This record gives sequence, C-alpha cells and structure tokens, in this order.
Amino acid sequence: MTVIDPAALSGYDVHPPRVGFFTDTTLCIGCKACEVACKEWNGVPDDGLNWLTSSYDHTGALGANTWRHVAFIEKQAPAGEGPAGEGTAGVQWLMSSDVCKHCTSAACLDVCPTGSLMRTEFGTVVVQQDICNGCGYCVPACPFGVIDRRHDDGRVWKCTLCYDRLKNDLEPACAQACPTKSIQFGPLDELRVRAHDRVAKLHDAGTVDARLYGAGDGDGVGGMGAFFLLLDDPEVYGLPPDPVVTTRDLPDMWLTAGKAAAAFAVGVVAMFVGRRR
Amino acid sequence: MPSLGTSFGRGGATTFQQDLANSDCIVIMGSNMAECHPVGFQWVMEARQRGATVIHVDPRFTRTSAVSDVHVPIRAGSDIAFLGAIVNYILENGREFREYVEHYTNASLIVREDFKDTEDLDGIFSGWDPEEAQYEVESWQYEGVETPATAHHGESDAALGERHGSHGGQTGGLPRRLDPTLQHPRCVFQLLKKHFARYTPEVVEELCGVPRDRFLQVAEALCDNSGRDRTSAFCYAVGWTQHSVGVQYIRTAAIIQLLLGNIGRPGGGILALRGHASIQGSTDIPTLYNILPGYLPMPHGMEGPDLAGYLDINASKTGFWAHMGEYFVSLLKAWWGDAATAENDFCFDYLPRITGDHSTYQTVTDMADGKVQGFFVVGENPAVGSANSKLHRLALAQLDWLVVRDFVEIETASFWYDGPEIDTGELRTQDIKTEVFLMPAATHTEKDGTFTNTQRLLQWHHKAVEPQGDCRSDLWFYFHLGRIIREKLAGSTDPKDRPILDLTWDYPTIGDIAEPDAEAVLREINGWGPDGRTLSSYTEMKADGSTAGGCWIYCGCYADETNQTARRKPGQDQNWVAPEWGWAWPSNRRTLYNRASADPEGKPWSERKRYVWWDEEQERWTGYDVPDFEATKRPDYRPAQDATGEAAIAGDAPFIMQGDGLGWLFVPNGLKDGPLPTHYEPHESPFRNPLYSQQSNPARLQKWRKDNRYNPTDGEPGADVFPYVMTTYRVTEQHTAGGMSRFINYLSELQPEMFCEVSPQLAAERGLTHGEFATIITSRTAIEARVLVTDRVAPLTVQGRTLHQVGLPYHWGQRGLSKGDSANDLFPLALDPNVHIQEVKAATCDVRPGRRPRGAALLALVEEYRARAGVL
Repeated sequence: MTVIDPAALSGYDVHPPRVGFFTDTTLCIGCKACEVACKEWNGVPDDGLNWLTSSYDHTGALGANTWRHVAFIEKQAPAGEGPAGEGTAGVQWLMSSDVCKHCTSAACLDVCPTGSLMRTEFGTVVVQQDICNGCGYCVPACPFGVIDRRHDDGRVWKCTLCYDRLKNDLEPACAQACPTKSIQFGPLDELRVRAHDRVAKLHDAGTVDARLYGAGDGDGVGGMGAFFLLLDDPEVYGLPPDPVVTTRDLPDMWLTAGKAAAAFAVGVVAMFVGRRR
Repeated sequence: MPSLGTSFGRGGATTFQQDLANSDCIVIMGSNMAECHPVGFQWVMEARQRGATVIHVDPRFTRTSAVSDVHVPIRAGSDIAFLGAIVNYILENGREFREYVEHYTNASLIVREDFKDTEDLDGIFSGWDPEEAQYEVESWQYEGVETPATAHHGESDAALGERHGSHGGQTGGLPRRLDPTLQHPRCVFQLLKKHFARYTPEVVEELCGVPRDRFLQVAEALCDNSGRDRTSAFCYAVGWTQHSVGVQYIRTAAIIQLLLGNIGRPGGGILALRGHASIQGSTDIPTLYNILPGYLPMPHGMEGPDLAGYLDINASKTGFWAHMGEYFVSLLKAWWGDAATAENDFCFDYLPRITGDHSTYQTVTDMADGKVQGFFVVGENPAVGSANSKLHRLALAQLDWLVVRDFVEIETASFWYDGPEIDTGELRTQDIKTEVFLMPAATHTEKDGTFTNTQRLLQWHHKAVEPQGDCRSDLWFYFHLGRIIREKLAGSTDPKDRPILDLTWDYPTIGDIAEPDAEAVLREINGWGPDGRTLSSYTEMKADGSTAGGCWIYCGCYADETNQTARRKPGQDQNWVAPEWGWAWPSNRRTLYNRASADPEGKPWSERKRYVWWDEEQERWTGYDVPDFEATKRPDYRPAQDATGEAAIAGDAPFIMQGDGLGWLFVPNGLKDGPLPTHYEPHESPFRNPLYSQQSNPARLQKWRKDNRYNPTDGEPGADVFPYVMTTYRVTEQHTAGGMSRFINYLSELQPEMFCEVSPQLAAERGLTHGEFATIITSRTAIEARVLVTDRVAPLTVQGRTLHQVGLPYHWGQRGLSKGDSANDLFPLALDPNVHIQEVKAATCDVRPGRRPRGAALLALVEEYRARAGVL
C-alpha cells in the first residue's frame, strides 16, 4: 500500500520510511499506560488534578500537557450488542487513546511564521522548542485541536512521535508501554495493511461497526500519520468526522483577494484617469 | 491458598498467564483483570483474537467487561450459588470429562457412612460443634481410612486450614474402597450430585440476580469449550477470596475444572491473580505466623517437643509430603548451620511454637486492647488498606513504638497528627504515647532481588541505581538489625538467646552502604549438598543434616551455581512455554499437574492439546514443559497397598502432592468450613439465605466489639437502615493503599479523588448528583466520595426486590496528592475461617447526598444511624 511521502515533498532526498501509529481501539483496556509513559519520557508536566465528570477520564483532552489522551465513552448499546449480551439493551464502554495525527497536510506547520514547526525525515511533525516564539497561530489552525500553548511558558507543545527515540531506533514510549498492542507503531504503509486486515477479521467475526479513521490519503488532511480503528462514529470519540486542513483554501483565498485587489486598483486608476479628463 | 492446596496439592496458580492465549474459553470472576493485571491481560486479548470466548462475571461492568464477549452482572457475595449451579449443570447433563474424572479425581472414593451433608442438616455438615463453633472432621473421611493426625488438633485459633491446607491433602494411608462405576451412593461423585442438586438456574436467578438464560449461556460456553480437544480457564483474584466463605468460592471453581478435565492442560487451569509484585513470594517464604518457608506448618505447642513427633503428625505417609523431614531438616540446617546437629534435633526446639491465633487482625485487636507493645509495618499501609482501618488507627495509638518502612510518610506513619480521629476528637496528639520510626525504603530499581509473581515465576531484578540518602532495602534493614541485636547479645549465656546467636548470619556485603549480597541469600534459599555445591532439586534433600536449603520448593533456582531466576532468553528463541525465562517453582514447572495433559496411558488427549506425554521408546515423560511427575514412572505403574511416599502414587495419578495422587472434588481434611462448598450469605446481607436456614458460614470468625460493630443482617430488626450492598475494588491508575501511587503526580492526575459508583436508579432514589458528593454510612463510620453515576453498576432483581450495589475503590487516605476518605473504614472484621481474610467484597450500607459532617458531628451521625438500627 503506497502512502504520500511528506518527507520527500519537504526536500529530504534520502530518508527512512514514513512512520506512524495505528491505534486499534478494540484492543484498548483504558489503562492509560500510554499517557504516563509519554509524560515520563518527554518530561511533560501533569495536567492538574481535576475530577472531571466524564467517566474515568480526568485529563479531559489533548493539550500542551497531555499528548496521549484516553477517552472513556459510556453508552447504552442497542439490544443484542456489546458484552451485556443478547436480548438486553446493555452498556458499552468505549476506550480510545488519542494523539497528534501527524497530518500529511499539516496546517500547524503551514501557518508557523518562525519555522519552529517542521517536518522530520520520518514524515512526522514536531515543534522545535528553541525556535517557537509562542505566537499561537498554529493553535486554531489544527483541525483536531491537538496543539496548544502551555500557560506558564507561552510556547506550544504536542506529541513529537518521540523524535529522539526514533533517531535511536526505539519505538515511541506510548506504543512500547501499551500492554495489549492497541497502540501499534511502524512504517505507515505496513500499518495500513494490517489495519485493513483487522477490520476484515472483525467484520467476519460479526463486529460490523468496526471502521478505520484517517487510514487513507483521500481525507481533508491528505492522510494521517496516526490513524484509528473505531467502533462508532468519530464524533462519539471526540474526533471530527471530516477534518480539513485549515489552510486548504488559502491559495483560493489569496487568489480571490488578489482578484479583488486588482479590480479595486483598476477602479481607482480609472477614477483618477477619468478625473483628469 | 488452602482452596487450591486441598484440591490439587499446592497453594499456587495451576497455570501461567501466557498459557491463557491457548484457552478456548476464559471465565474471569472475582477479578477485574484488565484493570488490576493489565500486562497479563494481553494474553486474554490474544486468546480472544484467536477466537476464545471471554466471560466476565462481576457486580460491575468494568474495563474487563468492556473487552469481554459476555458480561454477567451478579450480586456481590453470591458466587458459590452461581458456580454451584454450573457444577449441577455439568452433572445433570452428563457434561463431565468422564475418563479424566474417573482416573484423576477422587470421584470414585467412598466416604464414611456417618457423613451428613448440608442437604441432611439444613446448611451444616456433620461434625459441627456449636460450643466451639468449629467442625470435627472424622465423619468427612474416606471409609476404611484412619483420620489423619492433623485433623485431631482441635485448634481453637482456626489456623489449621492455613497450615495444612496450603499444601497437599493428607490421607491416613491409601483409600481402600472405591467404585469405578461412580454409582455407590456414598462415592464422592454421588455425594457431589446430591449436594449441588438444589443449585438450579432458577436459584441463580432468585439468589444471584442473574437471569437464567444468561447463566445457561456461561454454563454452556464452559462445557462446549472443555474436553479432549478444548480447554477452558478460570481467572480469579481477591473478589473471590475476600469473603467470609472465600476459600470455598475457589473450591467451587476447582470442582468445575476437575469435572471438565481442565487442570494440568494447556489453556486450562485456575489462575490465582495476586495483587502485588511478590505476594506469591510472601506466602512461599511467608510473612505469615503459622507456616514456615515452603508451606511447612509452624510447630504447635500441643505437638510435643521433638522433630519426630512433629513429623509424625504433619508429614503425609504417601505422596511427596512424606519427605517433609528432608525439607524440614534442610531448612533448620540453612538457618542454624553447624549448630544444628542430629544430637540436638537440628535445633528444632529453637523454633517458636504456635499457642493461639496470631494473625494480623487478631494482633490488631490485641493492640487496640493494649496487649501489643511494638509493631513493624513494611510495605503495607493498614491505616488505609485493612478492613476497619479506623480500628487499626486507634490500635496504633496504643503502641509503645511503631516502625514504618516505606517510600513516603504514609497514613500509617502519620495517624498521630493528621488521622481522621484527630479531627473527630477521638484521638489527641498530646495523649498518644506511640513513638513512630519512619524508615525510608529503597525501591526495586535500587536493589537486587527477585519477585515471585502470580504464576510462581521468580524473576531477578538488578539494581539500576544506588538508593538515595538514607533509603535502604528491606534486606539491608533486617540483616543489619539482626547483626546489631547479635552484637548486643554476644557473650550471653542465657539459653533463650541461643536461637539468635546460633543463626547463620554471615551474608557478604557489597559497597559503601554494606548491602547484603542478595544472590548469596538466594543461594542459601536454594540450598547446597555435602560438597557445598548448590542442589539442583528438592529430591536431593536429606533428613540427616547433610543438606541445607531455606525453602525446599525454591530448590533448583540456583542449580549449577547459576542464578536461574536471572535468565532472560527471548521468547522467540525457545518453545512457547519459554522455560528459560526466569525460574518457576517447583522445578521450573510452568503448568502444574501436567501429567493430566495426557490420558491414563500417557498419550495426549488430543493433538491440539498436546503438552506432556509418555515416550515409550525413551521410557520417560517428555513434552514442552518440565513434567510434573516422576520422569520415569510408567503410566501403568500401580503401587502396592502398603507403599509409602511417592511410590504410593500410581502412574495415572497426576496430583503428586496429594496423599492419594488425585484431584479432590471432596476435601475430607484440610478445610475448616466443610468438605464441599455451600452458599452462605455474607456476614452482612440484605437477604435471607434461600437455600438453608443456616444464614452465613457457621465457622466464620466474628470479632464483635465496640470498635467493630456489625450492621443487622436481613431478618434482624434494623436491617433496613442499611439497605444497599457495597463492595471494594481497585482501579488501574492507583495502587492498593496508595503509598506507591497517590504521591506521584502522573498517577494522581489520572484518578485524582476518592469516588463511588452508583446506578442512575440509586442516584434518583437517594438524590445523588453526578460529580457532587455522597456520604456512605455503616455502623462503623461514615465516609464521603465523589459520585460517579453510571449504567455500569446496574440494579439487580434478587428475591423479587430491587438491589442496588455501591462500588467503592479503596485506595485513598488523607495524605498524598490524590486524597479522599478510606473505603476500608466502613468495613467490619468478619473473617474466613481458613485464612482469616476480611469480608470487604460484600457488606451493607446506606448512602445519602452531600459531604459527611466534620469533627464530632461525624460521630453523632453514625451514632444516630446505630440508634435507628438498634446497634448498641
């Protein structure tokens, strides 16, 4: 399976294959080892001790201080589905570990005025903290709400896909800590093959709700470096159903604005020319 | 674990976690494995991906339920009724694995004529002595077999089960009467049928709150996935043990697994999930008062003064426990070295003698009564983690001195100035005379040593960094404490000091902090022979004093002068059993009783479940695992009637630690509360026992006192004041009583406060609001918790009434980053008679909205409840 090679597009001549995460939520047991391993390895501060009212989720969402986030969704399953079994409407408890998508078309990178956000040779997107000036343009640019400013130092922070570990042939901390292989790391093309196989197996076994999210190149961000196997609609997990790189329309917008400016200029010139007459 | 010990011969998990991947059906019950054993749970997930059916039976829908095929909500405290109905289903429908049952279990043995079942006596067995509140077990014996001497103990302290049940069952010689057709009315098989006949799907519905079709779904899945070609496994944890009849919960599962032929086979077994990194190790080399290393019973004051007398009572005549003398003398030689000689009975007299109950809860109540002066608390936080933790804190205030060794200042060390009783005024700091010594402990990364995990696997861990500051390992602490005591006693002529002065206390030390060499300790545990070289097996141990070894079941962990526990050969470089990763007791066997993976002739039951088999050409047992059998004993070997030791075990008797080599469906000897499991209501229950007029386990231990009151149970006046069932548990993000998690920000943020889980229906009934506080009340005290309203704790219909259950994680105390009230404050001391474990998985309570009162007003609230319930 071929994938878009953003590293090559960014000018890397010789580079390793594009890598990413396949997060299979059907294997997630909600242990949050990914959250802890990420913080331990990357020195991410805690996100505050707040008892939220959203099931077992007390970190809330991805942000500057939470780079892996496990969502817990309690829902009533339709009759006959879920472990509560046949004939009774029962409970379903969906768990899913969210992370930066490392988009093929990354708006955060597009809008960064300092060049702090960069594409790595692995095809991932990282913030260079020594360059970031805290302008925050990237924050509203991200269609997933991933990147965020840290309140005490003003700079933006997000998942680096453990760039330092990749450079040393180690897998990212979250994937290594995951006990059930819900988080799988590897070359993106291999992961996509594996993911499609898994969905087919689940369908054969009767789990008809299984579907992939972000596993192709045709979506609004040109494909995701971190994609998911879900059991429900993306919005149930807090994921946008149809994410679009927020800079997609910029060329058109510039063109339109340029046309308008040109027309205006023509008008102004005409006005002066006419007055001379 | 007397349940597994009496059923199979050894008090440990029969299988290993990796083998769960080979299961065709896994029943997780009394355990929230995904949350509490997330790493081991990967093999359950693997089994499921291979097509296994995963069933979770639990009062709550947990993270385990979320990834199971079937979740069955059940009333807390009713598991024996559910499991007993599976036994009945198997027997009624002829679903037992007949050949396995006939040959490998005691189904065919005939029990004495004077045995009376609960069916005959309305909920009790024959031999009940109401005055002593305990059983005389003579009538439970096989016909024609003398009653083993241990059965005559009459220990009022109830320690018998723990001492003798943890190892294999004894018989007074080989049983003489059996009926291979299983038709004799007094053969075990027929007794089993009679005993469980009333455990029907209808009773399950009425008693457990489980609809009968849901029950049948589980029973059918188990039976369909058992037999020659398929195997099923059970996983349990303290959700089964922490009941006043907890040992019998596990016994019921043992009966099911024996009937279905699932013990000793790949993908089968009973996995006892232990709650800490080395809890299995802490019973193998025990921190218990009544057993010595390797499950050797601690000598009792009534047993007479000499070793011969002790062995006469405790050693079995048949099976491997006939060698107890070899294990015991080797232990004495490891401890007292050259001072232990045949002339002085190998210093047998140096050992303390049991004269009564010295278990933890007895010690704490004695402490509260001012009878205990000093107390060591190591790796434990009883002010949060033990049942009736309030009683514990009050008791600590009665000590002269207290030593706490931990990473941080836990609640057990700080009770005297910030405990909840300071706030209520029950304790005043200036009145407390207890001198507290808080000793900083080294973490596992700061010391060498082993963990013995849930599957009897010893894994060595190497020190990564030196301990910081004054932090020291437990090994360092006890070695130097002993050294200093010995120095102070040096030159003493007082005979009572000899046991300490004669100890072999000569471990080499390493580095600036003089850390004792942990490998030298492990080597001593393994033991050595006359040539000074390490033994490779406990079969090499001698009773003549020529061998030494600190724990016979660990013998072999240092074979060939090599630390076998440090082996880390990757899985892909060896067979799937991975025998070269670490070392498992006994003799590196990963699946116990694996002789049962072959048929009576020694052939695999099926190709799919091939594991250990008899190789006729080589005339020995072989397979993927180390055979748990004498390597060259032929399948057709038959013992002479007067044979002793292992020679008395037939070639088709896989349970070699049992006196008769058989799996015990019926336990004639070794348990305090019956040879067969019986449903009893929890000590505190909102329901009557619908099966018998005997409401609760008659042999349970009760400790009624002013600081350990009991809620009225159903049928008693005031029971309706506490209408709900509460149960405790853990969450992944916190660890037990919190010492290792509540003080760490990365874990605390994930579960930042004490909370309780209730159904929307209960929330509506009591006006509780999601995210706000609730107060939970018993006749002990009241605590507060955040309210998590969830459909995952569904109300059940039991005996025609709606039952609400309240879920209470027990991690919290007043200290650390993540704080809250302690759930264990609510629970009383009501104990299982075999192992003295507390019943914290089912008790009664009331719930009301809002925070609990502060100060003395808290006491007034509890007093008001007691008055209403008539609890004096």
